[in-house]
Amino acid sequence: MWKQHAKLERNSIFLVIGILLVVSIGGLVEIAPLFWLESTIEKVKGVRPYTPLELAGRDIYIREGCYVCHSQMIRPLRDEVERYGHYSLAAESMYDHPFQWGSKRTGPDLARVGGKYSDAWHRDHLIDPRSVVPESVMPPYAFMANRELEYKDVKAKVSAMTKLGVPYTQAMIDNAAADLEAQADPFSSGGTALKKRYGDKVVQRDFDGDPDHVTEMDALIAYLQMLGALVDFKTYQAEAPENLR
Amino acid sequence: MTTLTARQDRAPLDAVLLFIFTSIAALGALLATAFSDDRLFRFHGYVFLAAFVLGSSALAIGLSSGRFKSPQDRYDDGVVRAGVIATMFWAVVGLLVGVVIASQLSWPNIFYFPEAGWLNFGRLRPLHTSGVIFAFGGNALICTSFYVVQRTCRARLAGGITPWLVFWGYQLFIVLAATGYLAGITQSREYAEPEWYIDLWLTVVWVAYLLVFLGTIWKRKEPHIYVANWFYLAFIITIAMLHIVNNLALPVDLLNHRSYSLFSGVQDALTQWWYGHNAVGFFLTAGFLGMMYYFVPKRAERPVYSYRLSIVHFWALIFIYIWAGPHHLHYTALPQWAQTLGMTFSIMLWMPSWGGMINGLMTLSGAWDKLRTDPVIRMMVVSIAFYGMSTFEGPLMSIRAVNSLSHYTDWTIGHVHSGALGWVGFISFGAVYCMVPWLWKKERLYSNRLVEWHFWIATTGILLYIAAMWVSGIMEGLMWREYTPEGFLANSFVETFSAKHIENIIRALGGLLFLSGAVIMSYNLWRTVRMPGSVPSKASDGPAPALIAAE
Repeated sequence: MWKQHAKLERNSIFLVIGILLVVSIGGLVEIAPLFWLESTIEKVKGVRPYTPLELAGRDIYIREGCYVCHSQMIRPLRDEVERYGHYSLAAESMYDHPFQWGSKRTGPDLARVGGKYSDAWHRDHLIDPRSVVPESVMPPYAFMANRELEYKDVKAKVSAMTKLGVPYTQAMIDNAAADLEAQADPFSSGGTALKKRYGDKVVQRDFDGDPDHVTEMDALIAYLQMLGALVDFKTYQAEAPENLR
Repeated sequence: MTTLTARQDRAPLDAVLLFIFTSIAALGALLATAFSDDRLFRFHGYVFLAAFVLGSSALAIGLSSGRFKSPQDRYDDGVVRAGVIATMFWAVVGLLVGVVIASQLSWPNIFYFPEAGWLNFGRLRPLHTSGVIFAFGGNALICTSFYVVQRTCRARLAGGITPWLVFWGYQLFIVLAATGYLAGITQSREYAEPEWYIDLWLTVVWVAYLLVFLGTIWKRKEPHIYVANWFYLAFIITIAMLHIVNNLALPVDLLNHRSYSLFSGVQDALTQWWYGHNAVGFFLTAGFLGMMYYFVPKRAERPVYSYRLSIVHFWALIFIYIWAGPHHLHYTALPQWAQTLGMTFSIMLWMPSWGGMINGLMTLSGAWDKLRTDPVIRMMVVSIAFYGMSTFEGPLMSIRAVNSLSHYTDWTIGHVHSGALGWVGFISFGAVYCMVPWLWKKERLYSNRLVEWHFWIATTGILLYIAAMWVSGIMEGLMWREYTPEGFLANSFVETFSAKHIENIIRALGGLLFLSGAVIMSYNLWRTVRMPGSVPSKASDGPAPALIAAE
């Protein structure tokens, strides 16, 4: 056997092919089946694609590196479920390109932060975290309140998501900018069309308390306020055979 | 005879091709910058443009003054010297950013600036991780691999000027990634944050790196490929595979910096941690094992302990590592079969990891007295010990029950740092301490006493760091799951955080000590390079350390 190994030591191409073969197997066995095993993602009601404003907010969440300190993945452990809410389902992140599960909780989990605090609390907390939580070590994000949201590429973003398999309709793509503006303005006439496209549970508010501008703060709070609030847990049966994985 | 002279006077083809490439790339960068209406994309367009213009100007000047010859009877050490300087530069930068963000978590009122969002923790943390892993670690790997492959093959680096493309191309990648994080350009994949166009650029550089490395092996005058080169080769090939698959993404627009990953949710998560764990396995382990397999036997002047052990642990290590990714996703929405598979292989991984440790440590048999006399050897031996410790801790933490406590806590951060500071940091420092006198043709280092200071200060720093993180990680994990006798959660989240204040400060202090060690080292190396009197170096021209079984 040791003599056979000399062939690999003397021929770099054999060595390269050997390495490639050996390092491919694990990934193929573990990752590839996730794409065709139907049990990978549960069947749930309520999960929808992000509205354009939420999508813009999610991009800000990514830009600022929020995932570095906040997970979005509640584990099925007693204390986590009591602290944060129902454990996270795979279905809840099935439209997340990329996923935001995180790996560290320097701050608390955010998978179900939606609806837990008021918009005003979020605004105050983002501007100066220590004004509402004195022990916090979170960075301040005061600049977001004054910065206009740049959304000239929002249609391209929604359209790119469609190409990746997120079920946006053509009407959603065409009205991306209008829907974004409507969601941040409670008096907008576009609200009806927005809710027709994304569902009645979509929140249409002036998230940052500044009615004259659509700011980055608006987008980020809109995203935070819908996190984990989509799935209809009244109809979800965790013990059903198709949901056991 | 005349034709021969004419051939030698002709400009080297590789430099001419590279000049054409950089000129066209500069034009492309100019056009992309001009036509994009995306502010951040334009910013990086300018960086690309500046780099390519500088590159093509340097090539033009060099070509017209008749440089870029590659004499085949001499090793190409210029690029290795540049790599050593870059390694130390990025080490200090990466460690400094680490100290800053540790201070942010300790004293948020002092180290945050409300109007300077680009200095917030969320943007600096990727700068720290990429700075240390890819800028410091990557440069250390590239320059040592270029050094080692030439000596062990007894051949000059292949590709003429291409090694310089690898070096400068890699620095451009680092600058793009680092400025991108500060400006908010990220795809939020941990340790793979750079956006799509930076990933494409790294792919070009990496393919060039692979070709230079393989090309040098093809030119070798030794029949066997030395064991260090197996590890370097596995590192280069596997990182290419991981990088390409994990960064598959659809740009929002070809002139927009943002892209969305091809996969979503659970599949995306496993792809990312398949990458993430093997960035550890192949970048931070296999590559640095290659370093160990050259510099430890060379410095100890002993053969590698066991030839058979190196074969067994090489193939076992690279086969098993790739399966270990799912242990980052215990108790998540990833199907349990994948979690169990990941855990099983992570535990098995303990054995090949310790195979490497034993092979490294036992290489010193017969030369253990050098631990007393040579601080560089001591540093490398301690690094192998840290490798053994963190590759024991890793399988332990990958057990689901342990992971339910350790995951999301500082314990993970401590584990990473015992590997990164202890293993990766010390083995690289040891290799650089070896190489600098060899490369600059000096008899010795400027001061062994300074190496002693570096060693003890840095070791104290590591111990403070990991001890603080063990305490804070296990404490917060226990506090999260603590119940009162009445059956209520005992602690609010913020109580669990404020309980770690002292540990956070100790961590920042530990990091500061490690950084101080690196600064002392930089000073020592600089004085070594400036030492008068050059001697013909014996060590650098000798044959490769023999791979003879010592049993």
